[in-house]
Amino acid sequence: MKFWRLIFANLFRKKVRLILTIGSFAIALLLFTFLAVVKSAFSRGVEVAGADRLVVVNRIGLIQVMPISYGERIAGIPGVKSVTHNHWFGGVYQDEKNFFPQIVIDVENQRQVYPEFIVPDDQWNTFLKDRQGAVVGARTAQRFGWKVGDRIPIKNSLYGPTKTWEFNLDGIFHNERPGGDESAFWLQWKYFDENVPGVLKSTAGWYVLRLNSPDDAVRVAKTIDDTFANSSFETKTETESAFAAGFAKQFGNIEFLILTIGSVVFFTLLLVTGNTMAISVRERTAELAVLKAIGFTDRSILFLVLAESLVIAFVGGLLGLILASGAIPGIGAALNGLLPALILSKSMLALGLVFALFVGAASGLLPGIGAMRMRVVNALRRV
Amino acid sequence: MIRVDGRSDSQSLIRARGLNKTYSRGGEKIQVLQGLNLDVDKGDFVAFMGPSGSGKTTLLNLLGGLDVPSAGSITVDGDEITHMSGSKLTQWRARHVGFIFQMYNLIPVLTAFQNVELPLLLTKLSKSERRKHVETALAVVSLADRMHHYPRQLSGGQEQRVAIARAIVSDPTFLLCDEPTGDLDRKSADEIMVLIDQLVSKYGKTVLMVTHDPVVATRAHTTLHLEKGVLVEGKASHERVLAGGAA
Ligand SMILES: Nc1ncnc2c1ncn2[C@@H]1O[C@H](COP(=O)(O)OP(=O)(O)O)[C@@H](O)[C@H]1O
Ligand SMILES: [Mg+2]
Repeated sequence: MKFWRLIFANLFRKKVRLILTIGSFAIALLLFTFLAVVKSAFSRGVEVAGADRLVVVNRIGLIQVMPISYGERIAGIPGVKSVTHNHWFGGVYQDEKNFFPQIVIDVENQRQVYPEFIVPDDQWNTFLKDRQGAVVGARTAQRFGWKVGDRIPIKNSLYGPTKTWEFNLDGIFHNERPGGDESAFWLQWKYFDENVPGVLKSTAGWYVLRLNSPDDAVRVAKTIDDTFANSSFETKTETESAFAAGFAKQFGNIEFLILTIGSVVFFTLLLVTGNTMAISVRERTAELAVLKAIGFTDRSILFLVLAESLVIAFVGGLLGLILASGAIPGIGAALNGLLPALILSKSMLALGLVFALFVGAASGLLPGIGAMRMRVVNALRRV
Repeated sequence: MIRVDGRSDSQSLIRARGLNKTYSRGGEKIQVLQGLNLDVDKGDFVAFMGPSGSGKTTLLNLLGGLDVPSAGSITVDGDEITHMSGSKLTQWRARHVGFIFQMYNLIPVLTAFQNVELPLLLTKLSKSERRKHVETALAVVSLADRMHHYPRQLSGGQEQRVAIARAIVSDPTFLLCDEPTGDLDRKSADEIMVLIDQLVSKYGKTVLMVTHDPVVATRAHTTLHLEKGVLVEGKASHERVLAGGAA
């Protein structure tokens, strides 16, 4: 490309300005990527949800329970492959800020419904025989440095006076699905059932069932809810992704918040770089006029200006993404598991670069068109 | 032969007929050129003089295809440029016109070499061919030893010589110079004029130059005066020189 020298010479015209503009891009991209990562962390439950799973909750609300007998009745509905049930344990390990989800599981059916969770067979067998056993996701195990065989005390005050439940760590699970959860702590329903007050005995917090075919979802959900209609425990059945979306909403409308901040970042960057490009083009009106007089076409003038802003956007964007790749794992660690795992995916990096280039093109376009339309005689007369 | 009566029958290189240029400023119309005729042959060197605001720059802009007349026609080497579209005209300029402005107008972030190379970037020449042309042009203006200097590292006279090299590098049909010495001291101005003189006498270039300096004008074969929107022939009288020089 014959014009690169001219484009680069123009770029380095004002070095401080160049650095500042590239810096704005880098910081905006860092912020943009961080927002995208957080947003995806919150919506990941929805993304990785099994299309062939339904979640049954008490119609009144998630914290209301249902009789344990519902399990067999659900299992008998045509189209249902397997059913399991859970409870939210809601305990605290050492300190409130050490949050991770503790889920009461039904060991007999857990693996049929959730084939993506991988536990070595020997560990799983130990767990089955150990009423006080627990299996924990690899991420949480790593976070607290737990090893199989450790004794884990968890305080709980949801079921009467505060009491410490002791668990034996029997196994560590991984998730086959990229981005899937590896933070939960599983305990046995039998142990739970023995130690909770009477009203909670023989209950399930929610049911999860696996379908023979995702096509049956609507029909099965309706059948379940119809079956328990007018009972004292009416149900609400939805797909796992709808359930996960509802669950994420508990944190407030994160998506809206992130979109709002993201838009502010976008328009600020656009204004800053658009203004910079406009100034930098205006400064060399006479030079551009000379180029036109020499025979540079209007289109090549537009090209010169656009190429300049795109190079700035590309370099700044790339820098921001590199910063993000370095910073996001650190930020994730500092947040101490408060948020779901922050994962910077390739598609997010690509999206970030597209975003940067889009802003670059947009900010170069107006000054570029101005330069393209500028009349040589007027521009030269001005000097 | 240079004529301003519009009666030349031979095919002249540059032929302007009945040129009118009207500007409107705040609703008021200013007639700058009023039926101007001009014939310039290949190898001619003509100087335009006239008081400031008489329309000299306007005339050069029209002849160089930077602006279009309100009426009349301009034909260069058989091509009528007054009816060309914008992009066609741009291409035509690249091939046929070399511009030299008063304010040098070099790109400050490019070296002398790179500045001179600019017009060649629009051609199909290879890199090594471009290099040869640029070096030749810089040798003609005696700046071969300064080709990697930036404009700020050159004197005003040297900058103008780079601009001249840029104007001749693509071997255009004719050169347009708008007060090429207007910003230079006497000595540098003389050097520039010797150079332009050489371009005509040694290399057979056709040069149309605006100047308000009667000494500079004496270099030209013919000096034409822009008066009331038309060109008037004849070596300047002393009074006219003074009037022109006062621009
Ligand atoms: N774009 C324009 N709009 C309005 N008036 C103009 C414009 N360009 C030139 N003029 C006027 O036309 C006249 C001739 O200008 P110009 O050709 O620059 O004269 P010269 O070069 O002889 O000094 C001047 O009065 C000038 O103000
Ligand atoms: Mg002028």
